[in-house]
Amino acid sequence: MQVLKRIRSRTAVLPTRDIDTDQIIAARFLTTTTREGLGKYLFYDLRFNEDGSKKPDFPLNRDESDGCEILVAGNNLGCGSSREHAPWALLDYGFRAVISTEIADIFRNNALKNGLLTVVVDDETHRWLVQNPGAELDIDVAASTLTLPGGKSVRFPLDGFARHCLIEGVDQLGYLQSHGDAIDRYEENRTWTP
Amino acid sequence: MRTLFEKLWSDHVVVPETPDTPAVLYVDLHIIHEVTTPQAFALLRERNIAVRRPELTLATMDHSTPTTPATTFRDLAVVGDGAARQIRQMERNCRDFGIELYGFGSDHRGIVHVIGPELGATQPGKTIVCGDSHSSTHGAFGALAFGIGTTEVGHVLATQCLLQRRPKTLAIEIDGRIPPGVAAKDIILAVIGEIGVDGGTGHVVEFRGAAIRALDMEQRMTVCNMSIEAGARAGMIAPDDTTFDYLHGRPCAPGGQDWDAAVTRWRKLPTDDGAEFDRTVTLDASRMEPMVTFGTNPGMTIGISEPVPRGDGDPSFRKALDYMQVVAGKPMTENDVDVVFIGSCTNGRLSDLEQAAAVIRGRKVASGVRMLVVPGSEAVKRAAEARGLDRVFIEAGAEWREAGCSMCIGMNGDIALPGQLSVSTSNRNFEGRQGVGARTVLASPATAAASAVRGKVADPRTLDA
Ligand code: SF4
Repeated sequence: MQVLKRIRSRTAVLPTRDIDTDQIIAARFLTTTTREGLGKYLFYDLRFNEDGSKKPDFPLNRDESDGCEILVAGNNLGCGSSREHAPWALLDYGFRAVISTEIADIFRNNALKNGLLTVVVDDETHRWLVQNPGAELDIDVAASTLTLPGGKSVRFPLDGFARHCLIEGVDQLGYLQSHGDAIDRYEENRTWTP
Repeated sequence: MRTLFEKLWSDHVVVPETPDTPAVLYVDLHIIHEVTTPQAFALLRERNIAVRRPELTLATMDHSTPTTPATTFRDLAVVGDGAARQIRQMERNCRDFGIELYGFGSDHRGIVHVIGPELGATQPGKTIVCGDSHSSTHGAFGALAFGIGTTEVGHVLATQCLLQRRPKTLAIEIDGRIPPGVAAKDIILAVIGEIGVDGGTGHVVEFRGAAIRALDMEQRMTVCNMSIEAGARAGMIAPDDTTFDYLHGRPCAPGGQDWDAAVTRWRKLPTDDGAEFDRTVTLDASRMEPMVTFGTNPGMTIGISEPVPRGDGDPSFRKALDYMQVVAGKPMTENDVDVVFIGSCTNGRLSDLEQAAAVIRGRKVASGVRMLVVPGSEAVKRAAEARGLDRVFIEAGAEWREAGCSMCIGMNGDIALPGQLSVSTSNRNFEGRQGVGARTVLASPATAAASAVRGKVADPRTLDA
């Protein structure tokens, strides 16, 4: 996994709550056998009209959203389907962090395993972020802090292991394999077999 | 004193968790399908890693497979190039890595969460995962079952283990007698409506109480299936005689003396008296009625006789009503129906099809309504046909299809058209889930069938009124 230590970027804001992974990437784009190139399908039905033209009022279609690496979304981001194509599409599009007041379990797991940082903030910070799209933020992964343009810094919860993997670029499969002996022992000592 | 979840968790810890590292948790059954595995197998190939326990891996194809009748069944072109590639890749991956695949031509093929229980591979006390969020279905047997992403699919293939933080526990007590006409689907929709689509985030739910104990296994699966729609990591129900009777004699269930030993072990699994949950929510089943969704997530749920709520001025709520083209203050029964879908891992089992057939028998699907009935597996299809259910549906004017996920996810070409209203027994009414611009109303099989007959969202209890 790529090392992720710090993100300095403006934000794009999608204030809708309960944005599910079907909206992030629709099922018809899941007939792929690779993880690359999914950015073009990100939020497809929200971004494009039926004729393929862009919907001008969708926040990501505005000029000022170009190059934003941080997405601020409404409460309960990433609920629904376990498709890992959702974080793959966000990363391929150019996002490196998502911020909300709550992030669904499976989506958070998938995101962190791919180097997409998930940031949960309090209501007040969230309200400010929603009201100030394009704000320049500075996120320090090791310190788990998010610094607002005025210099105010907020800490966010981040699982210690996930943080370690992000800043060191640890490969979790390699880590699991390093427990091979323990897995062998567990299998040998079971009182019943599945 | 421990809960069902705690017993399963501690029985599967290979390496305990610490503040700095998650637990290494052993997986007893890994179910895989064509859509969420290709990238995981690719990584194994890249690193030259074998599948650790192919015999603990159950493989099938369901998500993007065609459901059109058997004559065109092998004509992969019907599902598009991408899906055809995925299906071929799945066959190759299973062959190369020594995994038995219940693919085309297998009597056992079907939706991942339908075939696990049907084969008896889903058992109490097991940890079960699948790259699909409705893996919570298997929790109905007293298993700890949850959905994982593709990276984790790779972890399980390679090591039979996952890195996991221990979740919190939530008891959902459903007391009282379930009134006639109210189904398991109505109960779980009522639960999600009560606690919200994020009400279970970070928690494993144990469904308890008299109403849950009274459910048969297929109904229990419907309840656990939708735990994820409340954001829960998993849903579980303690195993009991209903569970054991269901499993006895199934192909993958223990046989002979092993059966008795297994039952003895399984009887120790239920939550001990006095064990504590992190949270408890209580609902009364006796006050429930058939439920329908009115918005764009499974928490936006009302009783069939209730008016669509007005909301609290929240823009997301207004956006949902606009998308659904429903009117606040009016009941859902005023809405015309275009499509009815009976199927999915939520309600695609034999008893679900029977409930729909009981409503539709001797009646006709209203003109202008398209009704699709898609069995959850080949075995469900055979059993339904043996009982003549296919004739009941076909004579009423419905389409009888091959097994698969079909319109639950709309990956195989089975979709509703933009703007169409679909009354569906599946589990997600997200925007575009059943096709771009399609409007989905989630309901029980009986409510969906009644809606097909009436041509409007309908209460199955008063179809003749
Ligand atoms: S029926 Fe729907 S929810 Fe169930 S496994 Fe298939 S796509 Fe997923």
